[in-house]
Amino acid sequence: MDRDDHAMSQAAAWEQQGEASGEAPVLSAQRVEKTYRNGTRALDEVRLDIGRGEFVSLLGPSGCGKSTLLKMFAGLEEPSHGHLRWWGGNLATVGTPERTLAMVFQEATLMPWATVEQNARLPLDLRHVPRAQADARVAAALKLVGLDKFHKVLPRELSGGMQMRASIARALATSPNLLLMDEPFGALDEFTRNKLDADLRDIWSQQDLTVVFVTHSIYEAVFLSSRVIVMAARPGRVIADVAIDAPGPRDEAFRISAPFMQYCKTLSDYLTLANQQGGGHEAQR
Amino acid sequence: MKPNAEPLVNRPGFWRVAAPLAIGITLLLMWQVVCTLLEVPPYLIPTPSLIAKTLVADWGMLLDSLLVTLKITFLAFVLAVILGVAIAFVFVQSRFIEVSLFPYAIILQVTPIVAIAPLIIIWVKDTTAALTVCATIMALFPIISNTTLGLRSVNPGLLNLFRLNKATRWQTLRRLRIPSALPYFFGGLRISSGLALIGAVVAEFVAGTGGTGSGLAYQILQAGFQLNIPRLFAALLLITLTGILLFWLMSALSRAALAGWHESEMG
Repeated sequence: MDRDDHAMSQAAAWEQQGEASGEAPVLSAQRVEKTYRNGTRALDEVRLDIGRGEFVSLLGPSGCGKSTLLKMFAGLEEPSHGHLRWWGGNLATVGTPERTLAMVFQEATLMPWATVEQNARLPLDLRHVPRAQADARVAAALKLVGLDKFHKVLPRELSGGMQMRASIARALATSPNLLLMDEPFGALDEFTRNKLDADLRDIWSQQDLTVVFVTHSIYEAVFLSSRVIVMAARPGRVIADVAIDAPGPRDEAFRISAPFMQYCKTLSDYLTLANQQGGGHEAQR
Repeated sequence: MKPNAEPLVNRPGFWRVAAPLAIGITLLLMWQVVCTLLEVPPYLIPTPSLIAKTLVADWGMLLDSLLVTLKITFLAFVLAVILGVAIAFVFVQSRFIEVSLFPYAIILQVTPIVAIAPLIIIWVKDTTAALTVCATIMALFPIISNTTLGLRSVNPGLLNLFRLNKATRWQTLRRLRIPSALPYFFGGLRISSGLALIGAVVAEFVAGTGGTGSGLAYQILQAGFQLNIPRLFAALLLITLTGILLFWLMSALSRAALAGWHESEMG
């Protein structure tokens, strides 16, 4: 009970702080927990601040609650305990041009009856963005993901990788400040995945964009991120927060460089350690 | 040999038409031969050639009856589609409404139309209206159940996307639920069009027993009384052809609407 009170006052303090300095974290999770009605603990006391312009990966095995956490970031699920803040405010303050949130799902989730262009335009249509402005933004987004020649094509005529690109274009068309991605490339083959990873990293570096990226691939996390949040399962929790401090381009050379390998090793060690003491954490509580 | 004889046989659509047609012609020939050889009297089983002759000879009368039956079928079908879709939209507004009302929709479906047709014919004075009501009741349920199922069968990921973009209820209905429901709706149309015809014929039978009527079922009834079995078969043939035509029309409609994107209409 007093934990909740504390969180509440803490949240209030941030809001003041945010107003004072003008730069609250883009995303902030304060003692966020999720317990399902059947008693399953999906997430245990997550505290996390994500700053503007960061590329953060949530890395962990199945059942560590990384997707649940991302859904909460998207406002699609409510925490059982604790608080979430977007730019220092609650969910209702999200949606203005400076505070736009977009999400890319595990599957491309395109409307099968609509063309690539119509799909990418959907979020703008739902917001009643004027036609000329929407045309320009959709065209730019499709060009950015390399689908500008396929705008009149139906989703089923595209490969899995291209469908995912269309899905990303749909998110980018809203000019998001915060982009949430839930294992978007998990179903793709390795070559396609590496290519899309590199393209995503380019898009991120060209724009004022904060990305939260869920993955279970250590390599993908290291390649993409400026920071990796390592999570463990049963109960889902954060076990490490690792900054990937690798200046210089993230390209194929980076994938085989010594620092890359070292980071992979570090993250892998954390995950192995968490697996070994998996049950112990629960017993302590 | 003609140069284009080969490709026609190899064309994929060819056998889909040719194979059933060949079986039909063979069966008709066998029917004709067996009836002729065994000298089966035409008041038991008429030969196909006699049925065809009767169809031509009685065409004026049969056409009038066909138009009556078609009118009732069409009215009932349109009414069932309008009512069924409206009811489905009400059902998907809330689980509570659906749970409260769905059992009554099932009653509509399981009550034999023959059993309630006499009542409806007594209650509703105008014969056409009475027959239309019967046929509508028959055709209604598949539209309700299929459209309701379709409006609920929405990709949960897309539903999340709409929620994330703060879509209104109306936007979600128009841009997501209705397109998602179309394949199910067209499935309902296909079943329902046939049922509207069956409902019209059954209701005509009931009305015809009472002495009123002018549809194809009435012709069948009268032909039976007069032991004019060739005409009975001719009327029967017209009903069957109408049913096939309706099914084909609905399939074509479905193909036109879904061909681009839905699995059921590809390939």
